[in-house]
Amino acid sequence: MNNHIVTSYDAEFAELDRATAEMGGLAEKLLADAFAALSRRDPRLAASAAASDGDIDRLERQVQERAITMIARRQPVANDLRHIFSVLKVAGDLERIGDLAKNIAKRALALSGETHPKPLINGLGHMTELALRQLKDVLDAYANRDGAKALMVWHGDAGLDLLYNSVFREQLTYMMEDPRTIGLCTHLLFAAKNIERIGDHTTNIAENINYLVTGVVLSDPRPKNDDTTSLLLRHRPMDAA
Amino acid sequence: MAALRAFVPPLAIAVAIVLAGVAGHFAGPLWGWGVAGLAAAGALASFWLATHPVSRAAAVPDQHPARSRGGDAWPWLALLSGIPDPALMLDSRGVVLGANPAAASFFPNGIGRHISLANRSPELLSAVEQALARGSAQSFQVRSVVPVERTLVGQATPLFGQQKLEPTEPALLLVIRDHTAEHQIAEMRADFVANASHELRTPLASLKGFVETLQGAAKDDPVARDKFLAIMALQATRMSRLIDDLLSLSRIEMREHVPPTDRVALAPVIADVVAALRPLAEKANIVVEVVQGATLLGEGVIVLGDRDELAQVAQNLIQNAIKYGRLGGRIEVAISRRADRAQLSVKDDGIGIAPEHLPRLTERFYRVVPKDSRERGGTGLGLAIVKHIVNRHHGVLDITSKPGEGSVFTVRLPLA
Repeated sequence: MNNHIVTSYDAEFAELDRATAEMGGLAEKLLADAFAALSRRDPRLAASAAASDGDIDRLERQVQERAITMIARRQPVANDLRHIFSVLKVAGDLERIGDLAKNIAKRALALSGETHPKPLINGLGHMTELALRQLKDVLDAYANRDGAKALMVWHGDAGLDLLYNSVFREQLTYMMEDPRTIGLCTHLLFAAKNIERIGDHTTNIAENINYLVTGVVLSDPRPKNDDTTSLLLRHRPMDAA
Repeated sequence: MAALRAFVPPLAIAVAIVLAGVAGHFAGPLWGWGVAGLAAAGALASFWLATHPVSRAAAVPDQHPARSRGGDAWPWLALLSGIPDPALMLDSRGVVLGANPAAASFFPNGIGRHISLANRSPELLSAVEQALARGSAQSFQVRSVVPVERTLVGQATPLFGQQKLEPTEPALLLVIRDHTAEHQIAEMRADFVANASHELRTPLASLKGFVETLQGAAKDDPVARDKFLAIMALQATRMSRLIDDLLSLSRIEMREHVPPTDRVALAPVIADVVAALRPLAEKANIVVEVVQGATLLGEGVIVLGDRDELAQVAQNLIQNAIKYGRLGGRIEVAISRRADRAQLSVKDDGIGIAPEHLPRLTERFYRVVPKDSRERGGTGLGLAIVKHIVNRHHGVLDITSKPGEGSVFTVRLPLA
């Protein structure tokens, strides 16, 4: 990649990429474990998953400190500056993904004693799978500086939005049919929202990779399919009372 | 001391191999040999080092470690290629110096870069870090969910304990073994029981109800008896179909991580399936038409695949189209080539599917209208099976639909 006259400068860049990859690996595992803990009602897995978010935060601080030191000492320009800023932003998004996944793990902990309807968990499982796939692709694209793959991820988020709409509707219907499930469903609703947000941070990373590779900021509005903000199911049994 | 160093590793190999035999007896042969294989590989490497103590100092790999064979450099790359499992050599900073051919599929374009850029699973990275820091071998297990479920076990073996090395010297041997199949067997069993018990309970309860009625109230009522027996037969058929589907889903999931290697021409497979489904289509007065797009030089569309599984994909999609198509309607099955992909699409002119259901259709037991699906003899697994088969083939399943106009199910597969 870059070949600087000062080889330790290259080593510093390699170190930034290594820390980012490590953060990505932790974020992937945290999300997968958080959902596994939720579906299997496994409080131990939930607790260990939630605890691993600390490692992600620690790595983010490390990346920030390193980047700031590099800017101060090397006064990078052009490609190098873009590289450093992209790493900073990507690390920020990964840290947020970690937080959102940790939130699911905490909900899994709260729900570990409840029985939950299988269809609702299936929907969340499907969302998790899609989000993990997007996250894996974007991290692979980052490691290999693969702009085309990043663009694919960027377009792929629309699918996750559609799935979120469907899961959201399903959960609302469940709650209306059986108000006893409201407590449980509210947690699951937030979990679904968190996964949808993870998808958004994943597309942010994709945008950054595109910027890093091409130097051009993606200007088209991203295809969005999340219409839950304006969704209200009409059938309201409470009104009949 | 040198004599002792030279003696210990062969002993370790022997012990590892004996242990494998013993472990094989108790834990199933694959697992036993797996563990011993990893241990033996590590022992083998340290054996070579112990017997060639002088050459290590000269082992300074150049930019292309694969070619650093001359002089006194120790032939660690040859050693790697003698290991049947994926094996990599790392330096003390964690940069991949070289890999054997088996590692290529696990770690594409990873050579010359830090291991985390090829595989970022926290378990693997922490094993590498610990092994280098403590100077002792660390084993690890990695489970990943996407793109297919996979379980890897491996061992990171530091070659020189805690000795101080040049940053670019070979320092750590990483051997990995794919344990997906062994892990899936255990997982599948649990999954199968969970799914089966959940879905079989309803028809079973209704069967029991009818049996009780026939033993009691309807004992001497021939009209009711015939009616109930007909319903019971239907329920029993449904249960056996469900079990068939669950079993085939398990079978497919079991080998999902192994891509198929046969060359299969799509057209004859589709023709067979369509012929077999003709009676069902005629019953609904539906015409099934097969359209083959223009192909280069008249050659058929050939994919890398598993013939039976591809037939099942076609069968499930066409059967669905018949089930949910319009009475007296038309189904178009098209095979074509699009750039580097083969494409199979099944189009019906039925009631269509509302957009909020589209992304969910491949989930197990997801039904748009549950009662409707059961009445039409659906198990709720047809599209889940399709999805897993397509996944195994590294393909894509795409569903588009307009309510009132019909749906198109498209499968894209890599060409052979």
